[in-house]
Amino acid sequence: MSQLRADTGTLVAVHGAGLSYGAHSVLDDVSLTLEPGRITTLIGPNGAGKSTLARLVLGLARPDRGRVTRRPGLRVGYMPQHLQVDESLPLTVDRFLWLAAPGRTRARRDALQRTGVAHLRRRAVRGLSGGEMQRVLLARALLRKPDLLVLDEPAQGVDVSGQDALYGLLGQVRDETGCGILLISHDLHLVMARTDQVVCLHHHVCCSGTPEAVSRDPAYHRLFGPSGGMPNLAVYTHDHDHDHDLSGDPHHDHHGHTGDHHHD
Amino acid sequence: MIELLAPALLAGLAVALVAGPMGSFVVWRRMAFFGDTLAHGALLGAALALALDVNLYLAVVVACLAIAAALVGLQQQRQITGDTLLGIVAHTTLALGVIAISLQKSVQVDLFAYLFGDLLAVNWRDVLALWAGAVLILVLLAWHWRALLSITVNEDLAQVEGVPVTRTRLILMLLLALLIAGAIRTVGVLLITSLLVIPAAGARRLSRTPEQMAALASLLGLASVSLGLAGSWYADTPVGPSIVVAAAVLFGFTLLRRPDS
Repeated sequence: MSQLRADTGTLVAVHGAGLSYGAHSVLDDVSLTLEPGRITTLIGPNGAGKSTLARLVLGLARPDRGRVTRRPGLRVGYMPQHLQVDESLPLTVDRFLWLAAPGRTRARRDALQRTGVAHLRRRAVRGLSGGEMQRVLLARALLRKPDLLVLDEPAQGVDVSGQDALYGLLGQVRDETGCGILLISHDLHLVMARTDQVVCLHHHVCCSGTPEAVSRDPAYHRLFGPSGGMPNLAVYTHDHDHDHDLSGDPHHDHHGHTGDHHHD
Repeated sequence: MIELLAPALLAGLAVALVAGPMGSFVVWRRMAFFGDTLAHGALLGAALALALDVNLYLAVVVACLAIAAALVGLQQQRQITGDTLLGIVAHTTLALGVIAISLQKSVQVDLFAYLFGDLLAVNWRDVLALWAGAVLILVLLAWHWRALLSITVNEDLAQVEGVPVTRTRLILMLLLALLIAGAIRTVGVLLITSLLVIPAAGARRLSRTPEQMAALASLLGLASVSLGLAGSWYADTPVGPSIVVAAAVLFGFTLLRRPDS
């Protein structure tokens, strides 16, 4: 058996995965490996298929083509982009964490301490601010002592100093536990500084590698414009029709690229 | 009086006790119309039980599960939305049930009793069956509580954390079918949803955790059954509707309290 040992080796490997909804291809021939102790960041414009790729990694969706292999017994902590608890369901933060870690009051308190929201333990989940909810969700993900942490837009609704603290915390968690981290983001400048591997996605993998290598890659600039990586790039989060669509020359040569573009 | 009312009271209490936590899930998961549809379909099950001379409770459970499965199948197509589909299935099965019962030649069946319940007609054997069913449902609920709550809060997160989402959803469906089967003789198919939804809605305003809400909903349900039965005895009103009115009055009182959260 080439099966990997339980405590080392690749966590999740995506091999040439493709996924379509009807005629619309969301992902095409995407490959990605997630290793322990490594922070991988998935960047790309809105609608590029980032969340869909994360769902493949999480096992929440299956690819139409290609395959996804996960290390046996892999423990995953997942922090979704949004989580709205129905108004009719009364739920305190502690009860919410209990769903992931029953019977361990101490562990739940420690996890909240870790993410800096220990004071919210007895509060109702409804009525938390966006930033508070993100930290509670991160606490729940950490409670599972994950081998792999998947975070979908973790910095959303968090101010810049909060974002900085969040990424600092993720780096700390990685250093202490050796878990692998998959981050989805479209705010580039903060992410680029703290990540080991960047994957630039637009239905297919446009380019990937270290932050330095990616920021020098022409495909990256085609996708994010000449100011790619600069702080003012935040404006691009609302601008879907970037140069990539209009260049008229989508056939640049990079690995993972098939020339099969689908834009909405 | 007590000899006459005791079986009715005990039967009603068994249903109300279970309706607390089950009704909470119906409220949390916005399944009120779904529960109503299963209840309507239960009448068809009751009619089949009479025609084929099989056990009533068994036939109702099977009918509810068959309808739930049919709904899941019908929802695969997208042109007709969920609530329209529920409306179609609920009233079609109700109509078929009424026709099927009216066609019974051998026995004279009181349709009114199935629609609005006939708590005063239950005997000690029914009481025993209802309490056995109630204990079974409560044990299954307690056993799967965390999984049920997990999929109610967020199905994706539950699945990533290893909760068998589809199986847990099926368990909830099965428990609902069991409850409806038990309730058909007590409050009737038209009033089951109210006994599920009204006490749970009242409990929401007084609770900070899901467990508190489920327990309080049970208490409100027990009080509704007791008050409704007493009211029915003294005012000579139909029992099932009296229980529902009592539940609604109690719900009205909870509105006076400012919610915590």
